[in-house]
Amino acid sequence: MIYVVGALILWGLGWMLNARLANGPRANTRAVQIAVPVIFGATILLIWELIVRGLSVPLVILPPPSMIATTFANSLPILWADFVQTFVKGALSGFVIGGVAAFLLAIVVDRYDFLRRGLLPVGNFMAALPIVGTAPILVMWFGFDWQSKAAVVVVMVFFPILVNTVAGLRDTSDMQRDLMRTYGASYGQTLFKLRLPAAMPFIFNGLKIATTLALVGAIVAEFFGSPTRGMGFRISTSVGQLALDMVWAEIVVAALAGSFFYGAIALCEKGVTFWHPSQRS
Amino acid sequence: MFKRSVLPVLTVLGVIMALWYAACIPMNSAWTIQQLERSGETMTVSEHIADTWAQERPRLPAPHQVAAELWDTTVMKKITSKKSLIYHGWITLSATLLGFGIGTTLGVLLAVGIVHSRAMDMSVMPWAIVSQTIPIIAIAPMIIVVLYSIGVQGMLPKAIISAYLSFFPVVVGMVKGLRSPDAMQLDLLRTYSANKSQSFWKLRLPASVPYLFASLKIGVAASLVGAIVGELPTGAVRGLGARLLAGSYYGQTIQIWSALFAAAILAAGLVALIGLLERVTLRRMGERP
Repeated sequence: MIYVVGALILWGLGWMLNARLANGPRANTRAVQIAVPVIFGATILLIWELIVRGLSVPLVILPPPSMIATTFANSLPILWADFVQTFVKGALSGFVIGGVAAFLLAIVVDRYDFLRRGLLPVGNFMAALPIVGTAPILVMWFGFDWQSKAAVVVVMVFFPILVNTVAGLRDTSDMQRDLMRTYGASYGQTLFKLRLPAAMPFIFNGLKIATTLALVGAIVAEFFGSPTRGMGFRISTSVGQLALDMVWAEIVVAALAGSFFYGAIALCEKGVTFWHPSQRS
Repeated sequence: MFKRSVLPVLTVLGVIMALWYAACIPMNSAWTIQQLERSGETMTVSEHIADTWAQERPRLPAPHQVAAELWDTTVMKKITSKKSLIYHGWITLSATLLGFGIGTTLGVLLAVGIVHSRAMDMSVMPWAIVSQTIPIIAIAPMIIVVLYSIGVQGMLPKAIISAYLSFFPVVVGMVKGLRSPDAMQLDLLRTYSANKSQSFWKLRLPASVPYLFASLKIGVAASLVGAIVGELPTGAVRGLGARLLAGSYYGQTIQIWSALFAAAILAAGLVALIGLLERVTLRRMGERP
């Protein structure tokens, strides 16, 4: 009981601290803007720990964060093998293949107006569909190993990148294109010097959406069959054994992988589209 | 109108169909050849091709086989039958809608809180954005099993996953929408000496409606994915996800494809419905096209 009371008090303290920081005079400094969410996250973790201990919640329902951290630290080799299998082999290779294919098709589609009118509505439609459902079919075609996961990822990331790239390639004004024409620029020169750079913010938007989809695709595809390693495989078997600490450890891995993947793409974006208003400080 | 927009789409769809039929031939002919070797018969090329489009368990079913299966399991079966796709679709749809409703309501409430409390904005918003980069689906099996172990099963666990997936798009979109009135408009209300709740109801909320609908479209598609994935880990016997799973266990490819198309039609229908609601609402709010 004392733990639960402690949790409530902690919640009050954390919230009060955050409210004071957020409404204080230094609220707009960088330090406070980082500190506030960190305090919030830490408070949640501590409360989770205290509540689980205080109410003695069974481990099969919710393990405390300290236990998840211990499991994480103790099973690093397993987690690493799973990460390589699912993320590096499945998600990353699928992401690259799907991204390059969508990019090339987008350039072809952009060249021919008829194709664009026909393919864009279809692509938009496909982007909204539950494509993850193709996983059982692709697992059947490409076997249980990472090739089938990469195939699911290819299909999932393809349409968002295609639609965004096509939209981006059209994001130049008549004036800009006319200028290129007065320079006597060829199609290729206009494409590389004007239209591709102008399309970059859109392309990166598509890539960012695709990062999450890639991980989701690779993990869900493993629910339909996989070799005896991989994040999706570990999650579904550990759930079956009620080893929830292992499940949470995998979720931490998935969260870290997803955040770093997104962060890496965002960093590339910052380097490539430094001229765009959204990147200027 | 027809030449500019319908014809290209029809052409692309036609090409996809043609490619699909063509792809069936190499995908399925191994089985045909195997059968022929076993029976010792021979076939002409056209018979061979026709056979690849009419197998019972093809690697890639031809479009007309999927269409026939769809027709057979929707129109020809009673909707209470376990073989009816409408029955399975309804199971998934009801979980989707319940989850979507919960997720949207909570999302809008949190967004209102974030816009009005600076502390909440600074604490919660970064986590809401980070959570978008996490493959939330990974949690789905655990939620199902944990809720099952405390006695909750059936529709609710799936709805919770759906709610979780539709929650964050709504929060992020709605916060953007509630903040969309510019300084000039807020100043105008201040000169009218409007209080906080008046400026909320008369300016912020109406201004957020287009943003809300944009995120509702994303949210409903995500909800459906959540409900389908939520059916996978427990080996559920009802719902579109269960049809996918059963199909993959027993190698019933036509069943997988028809469940996939049913899910696609459902998703397209839901997004279109929200698009329609959006147009009606915005027109009634006085939007000029």
